[in-house]
Amino acid sequence: MPFLFQPVEIPLPPARWSCGINLMTCVFQTHVAVPETAVLQSVANLDKLVAVIECQQPEADLYRFVGRITISQQMEEIVRPLGPESLLLRGARLKNTKEIFGVAVYTGMETKMALNYKSKSQKRSAVEKSMNSFLIIYLIILLFEAILSTILKYAWQAEEKWDEPWYNGKTEHERNSSKILRFISDFLAFLVLYNFIIPISLYVTVEMQKFLGSFFIGWDLDLYHEETNQRAQVNTSDLNEELGQVEYVFTDKTGTLTENEMQFRECSINGIKYQEVNGKLTPEGFSEDSPDGNRHRLMKEEELFLKAVCLCHTVQISADQTDGADGPWHGGGTPATLEYYASSPDEKALVEAASRVGVVFTGTTGDSMEVKSLGKPERYKLLHVLEFDPNRRRMSVIVESPSGEKLLFTKGAESSILPRSKSGEIDKTRIHVDEFALKGLRTLCVAYRRFTPEEYQEVGKRLHEARTALQQREERLADVFNFIERDLELLGATGVEDKLQEKVQETIEALRLAGIKVWVLTGDKHETAVSVSLSCGHFHRTMNILELVQHKSDSTCAEQLRQLAKRIKEDHVIQHGLVVDGTSLSLALREHEKLFMEVCKNCSAVLCCRMAPLQKAKVVRLLKTSPEKPITLAIGDGANDVSMIQEAHVGIGIMGKEGRQAVRNSDYAIARFKFLSKLLFVHGHFYYIRIATLVQYFFYKNVCFITPQFLYQFFCLFSQQTLYDSVYLTLYNICFTSLPVLIYSLFEQHVHPHVLQSKPVLYRDISKNAHLGFKPFLYWTVLGFFHAFVFFYGSYLLMGEDTSLLGNGQMFGNWTFGTLVFTVMVITVTMKMALETHFWTWINHFVTWGSIVFYFIFSLFYGGIIWPFLHTQDMYFVFVQLLSSGSAWFAIILIVVACLFLDVVKKVLYRHLQPTSTEKAQMFSNRVALSDEFIALQPLSRARSQLSKIRSWSSSDPFCANDRSVLTLSTLDSATC
Amino acid sequence: MKNKTSFPPQEGEARPSRCPDNSAFKQQKLPAWKPQLTIATVLSSFFLTGAFCLLVGVCLILSANSVREIQIDYSDKCSECSKLRENSSNWNKECHCSINFALKEGILGDVFMYYGLQNFYQNHRRYVISRSDAQLLGRNANIQKSYCAPFTTYRNGTPMAPCGAIANSMFNDTIDLFYNLNSSVIQVPLLKTGNSWWTDKNVKFRNPESYNLSSAFAGTARPPYWQKPVYLLDEEDERNNGYINDDFIIWMRVSAFATFRNLYRRVKRIRQFADGLPAGNYTFRISYNFPVTKFKGRKHVILSTVVWSGGSNPFLGIAYVVTGTAATLAGFVITAIHLKLRKKKTYFQK
Repeated sequence: MPFLFQPVEIPLPPARWSCGINLMTCVFQTHVAVPETAVLQSVANLDKLVAVIECQQPEADLYRFVGRITISQQMEEIVRPLGPESLLLRGARLKNTKEIFGVAVYTGMETKMALNYKSKSQKRSAVEKSMNSFLIIYLIILLFEAILSTILKYAWQAEEKWDEPWYNGKTEHERNSSKILRFISDFLAFLVLYNFIIPISLYVTVEMQKFLGSFFIGWDLDLYHEETNQRAQVNTSDLNEELGQVEYVFTDKTGTLTENEMQFRECSINGIKYQEVNGKLTPEGFSEDSPDGNRHRLMKEEELFLKAVCLCHTVQISADQTDGADGPWHGGGTPATLEYYASSPDEKALVEAASRVGVVFTGTTGDSMEVKSLGKPERYKLLHVLEFDPNRRRMSVIVESPSGEKLLFTKGAESSILPRSKSGEIDKTRIHVDEFALKGLRTLCVAYRRFTPEEYQEVGKRLHEARTALQQREERLADVFNFIERDLELLGATGVEDKLQEKVQETIEALRLAGIKVWVLTGDKHETAVSVSLSCGHFHRTMNILELVQHKSDSTCAEQLRQLAKRIKEDHVIQHGLVVDGTSLSLALREHEKLFMEVCKNCSAVLCCRMAPLQKAKVVRLLKTSPEKPITLAIGDGANDVSMIQEAHVGIGIMGKEGRQAVRNSDYAIARFKFLSKLLFVHGHFYYIRIATLVQYFFYKNVCFITPQFLYQFFCLFSQQTLYDSVYLTLYNICFTSLPVLIYSLFEQHVHPHVLQSKPVLYRDISKNAHLGFKPFLYWTVLGFFHAFVFFYGSYLLMGEDTSLLGNGQMFGNWTFGTLVFTVMVITVTMKMALETHFWTWINHFVTWGSIVFYFIFSLFYGGIIWPFLHTQDMYFVFVQLLSSGSAWFAIILIVVACLFLDVVKKVLYRHLQPTSTEKAQMFSNRVALSDEFIALQPLSRARSQLSKIRSWSSSDPFCANDRSVLTLSTLDSATC
Repeated sequence: MKNKTSFPPQEGEARPSRCPDNSAFKQQKLPAWKPQLTIATVLSSFFLTGAFCLLVGVCLILSANSVREIQIDYSDKCSECSKLRENSSNWNKECHCSINFALKEGILGDVFMYYGLQNFYQNHRRYVISRSDAQLLGRNANIQKSYCAPFTTYRNGTPMAPCGAIANSMFNDTIDLFYNLNSSVIQVPLLKTGNSWWTDKNVKFRNPESYNLSSAFAGTARPPYWQKPVYLLDEEDERNNGYINDDFIIWMRVSAFATFRNLYRRVKRIRQFADGLPAGNYTFRISYNFPVTKFKGRKHVILSTVVWSGGSNPFLGIAYVVTGTAATLAGFVITAIHLKLRKKKTYFQK
């Protein structure tokens, strides 16, 4: 369909239809969006329609649409409002109706979905950024060295005896070239001489390391999920090390923390608790007796309860499962298994559970719903639907039973049902609901009301008035709903489990221990979000939960924010948790960003509910761009998480049930939330350590490499004479020193992976780019310069004394001197890498010792031949002559030892006097074999014991509900209520 | 791996398992040695290093001290000659000077005679590249392509052999040593050959092939500062003439620093000099050709013996002793810190 975004005008047939937007858990239920168009039921009729639609400019908010349609009908104009309920979003799927007529209002990039889609931007890791700043520093060093050399050269050459002594004449050409030109060419020559200080090969090695290293994530058995046969997937290898830097985790809820699979567990009917056992409702404490006992003996209350569950919902039956030819609404031949589709997984689970225990919802026909109770079909005429809204926290249907009775069935949060009930086992049910909640179930109460014909007439009249009202329609509808949903007779309550994924609690707790702040961003409604948040350990019992919800105006929102900030300041002992909803958030972000950020930063857990996809991305961006510039990670499974995944520094897709859009747009994809801990604490940590050392080491070794050349200029009249042979200059970074660091950066494990995973605290050691900060950078740079000085002056003192170093009295030349410095350098630099390596596989041994051996073999070979194509034979037998000198051997050993000596002393002292926790872990894991006690997470067990108690708050006293927005919800408070 | 039967074939065909291999390499579980900086290894390595360095240092100092060396600066002592050489027009005027010195003790063993230059920047880039190795290999190379300029050809196009600034500026003083024994003067026999690297003499430097040396160099001319052409460098010894002249080869090995010395002669150990140079009075007779005053240079002549580690260079020995001491001291400091920390810990435990 080319029209992607339409106001629905003419639904055909005039039945209930709905569109499941697989984006959010919301269903647009519409009858006829604009009643005047209901007669236009064919294409021909449609021609006669003359109407004008006015609507707002394209906007990203999925829940807002303001427009109106002006229909010209028989010389008069009828104006009808158009709201979000008359809008089909791009990607919506048509169900239970063959066709609809509509008008496209936004197309292409202007559709709301497209506006919510963020274009993928290049992500660069923090390591890369600091690498670039290091590079700038080195560029400055390079320029400084080149300028200094040039200036000194001219200062030196002011005297002619140095510029052109008799033994070293210039050509005519050199003598006559212009001074400025000579100056520039000298400067450029120095730049060329020193350019190796900029490690070009660093970029090649880093890319190689990232590409090869990323394979280990996909190969990891611990990240393989057997049930779904999914291994971890790496979509970009640029961000491996960023996994070790995460400070904020933004997670979706449904499908990410939970399995997105609701399961009916328990219910309470008429004050008796039931459990589902083998497809039967079994009262609690009632042993399972005869095999087909209960089925024909459903009590009256039970049946009514189940019917209420079956009727009061918005579930659809999948069209594929029913007979397509007759249309799904001729409910005759129902297939054995019905497939239900619902935007709310809770409702689906309930209807499914009811069908298992004997009351089957078989579909809707026209305006009636069909229910098969114990095999006996019954037809209920659907009179009204009182839609769910978050303020009422309930929904109702009014139906006409086959016997002609008008019944109201209501289902909703216990806080909204129980106070409105006048009969039924209210007290017992409340106790049961609390018990369900304690078990971590999502609870709903079910009630009904019987209307007398007079009552129904009034209800119908009032409803009609409210629905057709042009002004203040919402308020009036709310009033009418309140009028209708009262004097209820309580039927019971249900307990549905939204199964949490495995080990979500442990993972979140571990993330918190690692110093990572976890934000849950969900499109779900407030209560659901909070209850899941509590059950998954995101919110603790000990936390002081602050709320910022349902603010419609800027001023109240600001006021609330200020109060929250004050509360936090007054009480900084307790941890705080914050609940924000989408509308309040957008208000808070519009004007009070700073205040909001301050509140957020002081909260250890934040829950944002009712979030539109772009809002999720906005929250991520807000955090990302805050002054501290924390590294953010977003994890989600659905298309609605895509923009957040793309916005965050690291985006992780969960391979869940909601398609692969999140996976496609993510940087990494894993099968389960729990894998995050291994991904961050082990892989992230390793990659960070590896690449940080790699980067620092590369700068270090190039400083070592080029500084002696710079120093040599002071001895050769700044004549740009190279110290090393050109082949050595080329091969230093390519052959002699490249492999040990590459292998290190692929295999290094400075701490055992189990230790890293079981001690998330170690993650704090590398946070804030700790290994690439200014201090470590300075350390490595100074070390590089220091080593370079030792190489150069060590060799100088040995050879510059101009005594023979050979037993036969012969002398060495400049190339031997350069080769000595180079040999010492290759060995020292390789040994320095060896000192940094904590994990020596055979490959490490091979490349480390192999590099040194290769250098020797290569030098012998290179110096052993008169190379026919080379211009000069400077290196002929230089290396052999060097090695034939005993003094040279002793000097090499001494300089290497002296270089590394200070480094080792520094390491040992730091380790002893102020060890980091990583170093402690190294020592610890060395001494003690990994025992269970060590792996066990102390704080986690504590948290778990508290969890069961926390659950109670969501079902706490309904009379407290008004205070919620201001309230601190520790259980103590609610108890005093 | 998991038993395959745990996956019953679903929907006709089972999906291929994407389960990663459980190999040590892919799981990053390769067997590895994990060295730890424990107190035992650190201390033992420190003390071992310290002991080793001290030992080597003492040996090196002792052996370096056994080297005898006499260095005589003759740039001032031959001031007349050096003044003469300041003016390049006097290049063909000979100038000799003598320098006397006395040996109170004889120098025993092999005695090497070096000439030393100061402030002579052989390591200047323009100088270093000003040579043609192809020419020196005896090949008929096109020296125009080398960096020999401005010492490539004369105005009339005659190529210089050997070309380049290095060859042109070859050290051309001749130094002879005389032993004054009871008013008779005995010339100390000196060896001209065997002073250069064997490979240089036999591989890297070759004369052009011809029936005799002068014809081999026909069509070429001597470098401008030379007094005689290359094929007359040593008329007495065919194998020390032309490009393979030892003095020339040694000069062509450019030094690393502006102050340097090159091996000039070795004392031939015959007759009175079989054990080296006996005690007594000696005279250097120098034919002064090489001008150094222009660049404030100095010239030395050096007599030295060598040991296995080379000439007298105290640096290596001292450096070893210092490093050894530092390592040992660091070992003690770390021991002290360790003991103190351990005491503290036990204190806290109580």
